Amino acid sequence: MQTPTFEESAKAYLSDTQLRRNIGHATHTIRDKRQTVVDEMPDWEVLREAGSSLKNRIMRHLDEYLLQLEESVRQAGGQVHWARDAGEANRIIVDLVKEQQVEEVVKVKSITTDEIKLNRALAEEGVRALETDLAELIVQLAGDEPSHILVPAIHKNRAEIRELFRKKLNQGELSDRPEDLAEAARLYLRKKFLSAKVGISGANFAVADTGTVAVVESEGNGRMCTTLPETLITVMGIEKLIPTWRDFEVFMQLLPRSSTAERMNPYNSFWTGVTEGDGPQEFHLVLLDNGRTNVLADEVGRQTLNCIRCSACLNVCPVYERTGGHAYHSVYPGPIGAILTPQLRGLEDEGAASLPYASTLCGACYEVCPVKINIPDVLVHLRGKIVDRKKRAGGLNAKSDPEYIGMRLMARAFKSRSRYERAQKMARVGQKFFVKDGTISKLPGELSGWTAMRDLKPIPNQTFREWWGDRDE
Amino acid sequence: MSEAKKAILEKIRNALGEVPRQERPEDITVPRHYRQQGNRAAGEVVALFAGRVGEYKATVQRVNANALAGVIAESCRREGVEKLVVPDGFPGEWLPGDEDDNVRLLHDKPGEPLSHRALDDSDGVITTCALGVAQTGTIILDAGAGQGRRVLTLLPDYHLCIVKEEQIVELVSEGFTHFEQAVREEGPPITFISGPSATSDIELSRVEGVHGPRRLEVLIVQE
Repeated sequence: MQTPTFEESAKAYLSDTQLRRNIGHATHTIRDKRQTVVDEMPDWEVLREAGSSLKNRIMRHLDEYLLQLEESVRQAGGQVHWARDAGEANRIIVDLVKEQQVEEVVKVKSITTDEIKLNRALAEEGVRALETDLAELIVQLAGDEPSHILVPAIHKNRAEIRELFRKKLNQGELSDRPEDLAEAARLYLRKKFLSAKVGISGANFAVADTGTVAVVESEGNGRMCTTLPETLITVMGIEKLIPTWRDFEVFMQLLPRSSTAERMNPYNSFWTGVTEGDGPQEFHLVLLDNGRTNVLADEVGRQTLNCIRCSACLNVCPVYERTGGHAYHSVYPGPIGAILTPQLRGLEDEGAASLPYASTLCGACYEVCPVKINIPDVLVHLRGKIVDRKKRAGGLNAKSDPEYIGMRLMARAFKSRSRYERAQKMARVGQKFFVKDGTISKLPGELSGWTAMRDLKPIPNQTFREWWGDRDE
Repeated sequence: MSEAKKAILEKIRNALGEVPRQERPEDITVPRHYRQQGNRAAGEVVALFAGRVGEYKATVQRVNANALAGVIAESCRREGVEKLVVPDGFPGEWLPGDEDDNVRLLHDKPGEPLSHRALDDSDGVITTCALGVAQTGTIILDAGAGQGRRVLTLLPDYHLCIVKEEQIVELVSEGFTHFEQAVREEGPPITFISGPSATSDIELSRVEGVHGPRRLEVLIVQE
C-alpha cells in the first residue's frame, strides 16, 4: 500500500489557518501544564531512567514475558489469542463478537484497534462499533480520522463540534459550551452502555507476572466498557508488557504527567482475568504483532517499542504544531509516529518513508519522552536506511543523482585537510557571484532548493586556521 | 500451540539474535532510587491528601468519627439524594435512618445484586475505600467490604467516599506496594479514582463529569 508523502500532504494542511490555530492553541496549553507537574517531581529523571530500563528488559526478553503473561491471564480465568497481523486480529475479534450474537459493541479509545481498522472489519460483518471516548465519538460521527494520540479531535473547535452534534445526535438546541457538548454525549452514550453485551478495549499496560491489564482514562467510558458488558475483548500490541505489578509505580507516575499533564488522571482500571459477580464474566486478550517484531529486530529502532503513548512528543514538536496529525497519514502522528509508522509499515511505502524527514531534529521530543526514546537518533538511523535503500534500488541512476554526487564530493573534501582547504578557497571565489549584502539568498540549479526558504551565510574571507597563522607571524 | 503463536515467538527470537543466551531479565538493572517511602508527618499527609483531592473539584470535608453519620445525612440532603446505593459490608451505623431523612437505601448484596437499571436510576452511592494516596489525591477501591462491585461507583451520578485518616499514604509507590500481595493471590479488580470523571477533549478545556459520577465527595474521618 502506498500513502501520500508527508511533504505533499503537509502543504495543504499548512494553508489551513483554522487548523493551525486549533492545534497551536491546544499544544501550547498542554505543554505548559505538563512542565508544571513534571517540575514538582524531584525524582523525575530517575523515574524516566527506570521506565526506560524496564521496557528495555521487556524487549530483550519479550518471548519469555509473553508466555508468562499468557499463563497468568489463563490462571486468572481469561483467554489469550495471538494475531500475526491486522487481518488475523480482526478475524479473531469478529468471531468472538458474532458468537455473542450482537449487532453493536461499545469501544474504549484504542489506537491499536484504529491501527488494525477493527471498526471497518466489524462493519463488514454487520456489527456497529460505537466509540465512547468523547473525542473518538466526534471523529467517528464526522467520518474523520484521529489527529492526536491523546486528543483525537484536537483539530476541531467547539463550534465545529456543536454543528456535528446538532446534525448527528439530533440536538436542535445546543450551545457550544464544552459542558453542554459533554452532556449531550453522556445522554447519548448512557443508553448504549446499559444495553451493551460486548465491550472492546485496548490496554495501556499488561503485567506479565500477574496477568493484570490496565486502562488509563478520564471520562469513565473506559470503566463503563470494561465493567458493564458480559464479554470483554482487549487488544494489545505485544510491546505493552511490564514485568511486575510493582512496576506500575514507575509507569503510573510517568504517564499521567506526560500525557494529560495531571498528577493522576481521573480513572485507572486494573483487572486480573475475571472476578465472579463483578464485571465481565468472559475475558479475551488478543496479542497483536502486526510489524512489531520487525521493529524489535532493528537494534537502534527497537526503543520505539518502549512508547507508552503519552503524546508529550506531539505537543512539543514544532513540525506537528504546524501541520497537525493528518499530514502523517497514520494513527501514530507526530515525532513518535515519524519513527514508528515507517518501521511498522516498512520503507517500501513511500509515504511512510517520507516521515523520518518530517523533523528538524531539534530534540525536544527526546527531552520530554517519559521512557527516554531517543527519537532524533532513530530518525537519523531511518534516514540512513532510506538512503541506502534508494542507492540499492537505483543502481546507475542513483550514481547520476545530483544529491548523491554532491554528497560524494563533500565526503572527498572532508577526508583530507589539503583537499578541504582547497575546496574552501574555491568556494570563496565561486560564491562572489551570489553574495548580496553579506548573505546568499539565491543559489542556481539544484542548490536553489536550499535557498528557497532560507538565507545562507557566505564562507568568511579568512578561516580560523588562516587567522591563527597570520597572528603568529 | 497455535500457528500464529509459534510464528510470533519465532520472529521475536530471531529479532533478538544479539541478546546473549545466558542473559536473564534481571541482568538489566533498573534504578529504583526514586521516592518509594514518604517522609512527611501523618498530619501533613492527611492535609496534603485533602488539598489534592480538592484541586480536582471534588468536595472534601474532614470529619470527626462521632459526627460522621450526621455529616453523611447532611451531604445526602444537600445533593438531593433520595435513592442511595449501599454496598455490602458498609457500616450500618453511618447510614442515614429511614425515619428522619428522606433517603431510601438500596442495598447491593451478593446473590441479590442491584440491576444496572436500578443503579442508573439511583441518585448516589456511598462507599468506604481501600487506600488514599496524598501525592496525587487518589482514592483506591479494591472491591472489598463497604466498596462493592465496580459498577456501584460508576453508574450513580454522585459518589460519597469515606476515607479514614490512617488509610492515607503519601506516595503513589506506597499505593501500589499496598496491593502487591492481593493482586498476586486473589486478583481483585482495582480502581484508582482521582476526582470526578472529566474530559479535556474539546479544545483541551476541562469539563468535570462525563460518564462516571459527575460529583465526588470525600469525607476524611478522624477516629
